[in-house]
Amino acid sequence: MDYLDQLEAEAIYILREVAGQFERPALLFSGGKDSICLIHLALKAFRPGKFPFPLVHIDTGHNFQEALDFRDVLAEKIGEKLIVRKVEDTIRERKLVDGKGKFPSRNGLQTYTLLDTIEEFEFDACIGGARRDEEKARAKERIFSVRDEFGQWDPKKQRPELWNIYNGKIDKGENVRVFPISNWTELDVWNYIKRENIELPTIYFTHERECILTPQGQLMNTNEFVEIEPEDNVVIRNVRYRTVGDMTCTAAVESTAYTVDDIIKELKETKISERGATRMDDTLSEAAMEDRKKGGYF
Amino acid sequence: MELLRFFTAGNVDDGKSTLIGRLLYDSNSISTDIIDTLTKQSKAKAEDVDIDLALLTDGLRAEREQGITIDVAYKYFVTDKRKYIIADTPGHAQYTRNMFTGASNTDLAIILIDARNGITDQTKRHSIISSILGIPHVLICVNKMDLKNYDQAVFESIKKDYLAFAQPLGLKKISFIPVSALTGENVVNKSSNFLWYNGETLFDFLENVEIPQEEANNETRFQVQYVIRPQTQELHDYRGYAGALLSGTIRKGDQVRVFPIDALTTIEKIEKFENEVQEAAAGEPIILHLSDDLDISRGSTFVLENQLPEVSNEIDATICWMDNKPFQKGQKLLLQQNSFRAKVAIKSIEGKIDIHTLESTEEVSEIHLNEFCKVNIKTAELVSYDPYTKNRKTGAFILINENTNNTVAAGVIG
Ligand SMILES: Nc1nc2c(ncn2[C@@H]2O[C@H](COP(=O)(O)OP(=O)(O)O)[C@@H](O)[C@H]2O)c(=O)[nH]1
Ligand SMILES: [Mg+2]
Repeated sequence: MDYLDQLEAEAIYILREVAGQFERPALLFSGGKDSICLIHLALKAFRPGKFPFPLVHIDTGHNFQEALDFRDVLAEKIGEKLIVRKVEDTIRERKLVDGKGKFPSRNGLQTYTLLDTIEEFEFDACIGGARRDEEKARAKERIFSVRDEFGQWDPKKQRPELWNIYNGKIDKGENVRVFPISNWTELDVWNYIKRENIELPTIYFTHERECILTPQGQLMNTNEFVEIEPEDNVVIRNVRYRTVGDMTCTAAVESTAYTVDDIIKELKETKISERGATRMDDTLSEAAMEDRKKGGYF
Repeated sequence: MELLRFFTAGNVDDGKSTLIGRLLYDSNSISTDIIDTLTKQSKAKAEDVDIDLALLTDGLRAEREQGITIDVAYKYFVTDKRKYIIADTPGHAQYTRNMFTGASNTDLAIILIDARNGITDQTKRHSIISSILGIPHVLICVNKMDLKNYDQAVFESIKKDYLAFAQPLGLKKISFIPVSALTGENVVNKSSNFLWYNGETLFDFLENVEIPQEEANNETRFQVQYVIRPQTQELHDYRGYAGALLSGTIRKGDQVRVFPIDALTTIEKIEKFENEVQEAAAGEPIILHLSDDLDISRGSTFVLENQLPEVSNEIDATICWMDNKPFQKGQKLLLQQNSFRAKVAIKSIEGKIDIHTLESTEEVSEIHLNEFCKVNIKTAELVSYDPYTKNRKTGAFILINENTNNTVAAGVIG
């Protein structure tokens, strides 16, 4: 088998294990390329049947409109149930305070909404599109990652995970995060998108955009959450996004890539990692991701 | 393009993390921002170090603080020929279970030996684990050759000792490469310090080593993961058994026997991604349809009528205990083999395996963390299986503690 077939087979195997082992699973859908791939894989795993889980989007309120539109069209097209829960509502109900600083991120706050949503629907498994190549704490996480009642990850208490045997047995209140594309790299995802002809939101491809060029050299999208100050260097550039997370803290990269082929070529030439190029929140501390996961993050 | 999965093992400080870091660094697989971060972290730890490549895989806070590897880290790199999945496993004996986890589904073991120390207890332990797991190929990297003046005699003597030790283990294939992970010599690039060595560098070895296709050549085994029943108007009677073909080949029209119900039926249709196909090969995710209506659920196994597996409610196995609490007689356990689960009890512990000599002790009554034992297991239902040496997919299982839900042991049958 070709390596993409093997990665695909592994992911489908994992999705079917979720369907077989859990009562109330969910697929966390962000509108980004990784979760779009997950949906494509789920179609392959379960059609002609329906998905044995709804799609769940934790809407930070800091999303690109293109990604939201794309999400709705896709859910409609495949005829699967979509549940949306908003961080804004959590902030209001729980009287939380929004992120501060120049580019206020909601990456931390969305954990609350996620945990509330898990509780509301009693989800026992949440499928996510995280990959081990993204970040070094993720490189350590199991494919079936058991979280306690508070969604917390304890890296010292991970279950041994052998061969392709996945133990999803949990007590009530606990849940498992499942990562079917753990072993895929960013380039694998793009090669797969190309091979399978998967459609993506337009922000992944080059377009003209007004950005603030930060002193660190990152291109930050201007939007209603970011106040433009006189000293800001506002520029118009041809950019694309490598990830579509929280738009206030996700940087764009300069690019001339119009097609998936262009992107693959660009990725082979660039020497900067996906998170390094696009995320402001992980540079805060060496163990930023580990700490967020311990707190219940994906 | 092909996929090769391998793991690195060896004693603490033998240089596993450095070797992987070096492999990725010299093959241009590390992004510049990550190199920058690593350089900064390295400088913060020790002024005179340019870049400590071991920091690349030691991703947990506790690991960086203690400077050791606690859990498996997965790393990836790609060449024009192959994609590699690397499991960097911990060296400490106390983390043997994590090492077992990282090693379980790989095609190749890379075991490091510090040229100054020669074979250690950990070398033996990891080799025996590789042998129990049936890893098809073991590569011994004799590391830190720079500290032994690149002396050929040192390399040859370690090689000789290892072959003598490994002789009774029945490892399928063993290779040796002398390297210095720190300087990178013989990792990706050749070096004039190794003029006496005319074999491959580690990188060339990885590019050229044969990837075994064991599953494709084994007898046909399929297990149901999930039953697809749309129950819509158009698909009212649709009933498809979704799963992966674990090994062998399956064709439309094949006569198959289904376990545990022990019934004979025929493959009526094979679907792959909503297309009908005539046959499927090992590893492919498929949906099978049968010509008879049988009581089939998740965990049911299909085999060809002329390739029957062993079927029994008693199995002999070698297990590795992975729970902090020792096993005690009477514990309630579940056995999971792929998607099949059954209640089981360990009837007798026939002996503990000395992981340094492979010798077996007398009968014991407790099994402790990281110990290997030969056991006899009684199952509440019939289990269909193959000896692990014949089929790694159907000969492997885990044991789950019914109270804590933890995976407490991993086992190989036969
Ligand atoms: N001189 C020398 N030192 C090495 C070599 N490989 C690793 N080291 C050092 O040995 C120590 C342990 O290395 P590390 O990769 O963390 O070992 P691990 O515990 O097996 O992962 C570090 O200080 C390395 O710099 C080598 O080839 N030569
Ligand atoms: Mg290490």
